[in-house]
Amino acid sequence: MQTPVIEEIAGIRLEVIRQGKGRRILFLHPHLGLHGADAFVDALSAGAEVFAPSHPGFGRSDLRKGMNTVEDLSYYYLDLLEALDWSEVTVVGSSFGAWIAAAMAVKNTSRMSGLVLIDALGVKFSSGSGNDFLNFFATPRPRLEELYYHDASFARSGIPESSDEERSVIARNWDATAMYGWNPYMHDPKLRGRLPRIRIPSLVLWGGSDAIVPASLGVSYAEALPRGTYDSISGAGHFPHIEKPAETAQRILKFASRAPAVVKA
Amino acid sequence: MRFYHFSEQPYPKAWTEDNKSIRVAIPNSQCDPKELATIYHERLDEWLHADEMGLDIMINEHHATATCVCPVAAIPLAVLARQTKRARLLTLGYPIANRLDPVRVAEEFAVIDVLSRGRLEMGLVRGIQYEIPLSVRSAVGQMDRFWEAHDLIIKAMSTRTGPFEWQGEHFQYPQVNVWPQPWQQPHPPVWITGRSPQNVREIAERGYVLATFLSGYDTKPVFDVYRKTCADLGKPVPALDRFAYLGIVAIADDRKEAWRRAEIMAGYLRSSSVVAEPFNTPPGYFSVPDAARMLKGAGRPMVTTKDGKRVDAFKGDLEDLVKAGIMFVGTPDDVTAQLQEFDERVGGLGNFLMMGHAGHMTHKEACDQITLMAKEVLPRLQKDSAKQAA
Repeated sequence: MQTPVIEEIAGIRLEVIRQGKGRRILFLHPHLGLHGADAFVDALSAGAEVFAPSHPGFGRSDLRKGMNTVEDLSYYYLDLLEALDWSEVTVVGSSFGAWIAAAMAVKNTSRMSGLVLIDALGVKFSSGSGNDFLNFFATPRPRLEELYYHDASFARSGIPESSDEERSVIARNWDATAMYGWNPYMHDPKLRGRLPRIRIPSLVLWGGSDAIVPASLGVSYAEALPRGTYDSISGAGHFPHIEKPAETAQRILKFASRAPAVVKA
Repeated sequence: MRFYHFSEQPYPKAWTEDNKSIRVAIPNSQCDPKELATIYHERLDEWLHADEMGLDIMINEHHATATCVCPVAAIPLAVLARQTKRARLLTLGYPIANRLDPVRVAEEFAVIDVLSRGRLEMGLVRGIQYEIPLSVRSAVGQMDRFWEAHDLIIKAMSTRTGPFEWQGEHFQYPQVNVWPQPWQQPHPPVWITGRSPQNVREIAERGYVLATFLSGYDTKPVFDVYRKTCADLGKPVPALDRFAYLGIVAIADDRKEAWRRAEIMAGYLRSSSVVAEPFNTPPGYFSVPDAARMLKGAGRPMVTTKDGKRVDAFKGDLEDLVKAGIMFVGTPDDVTAQLQEFDERVGGLGNFLMMGHAGHMTHKEACDQITLMAKEVLPRLQKDSAKQAA
């Protein structure tokens, strides 16, 4: 993965990775930021032009004053597609990033050819007062790291020994996660009812052993999307792009090349 | 100097080794309502005793914790507003950035002020980090929210011309019109807790009482920021009553007995920070540089003794904690001398908030402590303050 650069786009100084040539893919990272995404971005950019930003408030990206909801992020990224003058984009979001992607797509898909939601947060399918997702903020960090992955060896360790800058990014990402997703916890109660507005081909990808959001929720998600299909990746937990980067990238590239650019009557 | 008697109204029976988190996660099945009723009544009786003895009264609130079984400070305040005769009634305080309804706070304050015929001291606090996991709102932007809640509460209590609208960033109301108006005009005195220079400056600019808790001899630089802010703004030198400090008092006629009481009270310090991951470091509560530092490994909160030694603020041994100004222990002569020295070293203290009951201390012991502080210590400190003022 190339070293991220800082670019001002649509009014915000953003940390971005631009890599590869071909079909355009916007990758929206989970609450971990771009941690562990190197192999995935490399694999994806072998067949596409990838634009992978740190969300405003995450990593080294600025936060614009007044911006504090996923709604704000979704409008920002729609502006970003316009500012880049990108069209026929496959928007790919993982976990928290999939929430942003869906929040964009219910508003405007005119610059999108497809949507890929990986182990998505953002929509609550159960009725009643229960939670669909494990609460990050109520789970001890080491336990959370174990639960994130199918293969526990991916659990992040060595944080105390990491550089000041790395620890600052972790702390900043955690704050931003709370700012966007504290309450209602990691979802927008309105989003489920708006999903039928997403009329572009949509791939719902799920890690086969996701302990954060059960795969059954992914199936419901695909059913709620007019052109949704469900697929799962075995041997992966909540972050298939970290645990199975090549396979995840390959599924996405296959989907992106199949998705018709514009549906004409 | 004024003395405020304070107890957290603890439920120490639940402070057991098996409980890895005596805050946030501890089930309330561990709290027997019958035992708690006795605790409530004993603590209220101690405050009544403090009132009779000439001390003032401080109440606080915490949530989901065995350290302080008072989640609604307004309730004991209301009881005491009716039952006491003269004491100032301080709540320190209301965690207003976590409360969803600041107008309701203003209403509670107004009623208590009228009921007590003008004896309320309104303490507003950010609240400790352990309150955040229980809060509807996260700690991100908490101080912005704190100040907006503050502005709204003050306006709601001071307005006499009927309803106004509030369309703020964090709070919105169609019509704000608090009945009754408070007894004290335009509103009861405001106290705020603060440690960081930024926060202390904001408190000083408004001329409020600044309080710090268990900051020991590290209190002086905090008070210095207040004094310097006043000087920078061309305001008069702040009066001693603008400064408050909370320390733990273990006092008895007999020195050995006082140290025994100190051991009991230290149970509060030992247990106070027994909080499970991840509730001890909620996102947004600490600044990014501080949070990044904490990811290196949990550093213990430290405090400096008067001879410059750094000791653990919660786990240090008792003699060090006395030298650090966290605890005041001994006979009335000892405690007087310790308080006089503290007063001098912090540059003058107008309000001493004494945790006079803590942990497993009995009702009888707490009453004895209140009597000794009122009869033996307070008169000597008051004489000192009079000398300073003259």
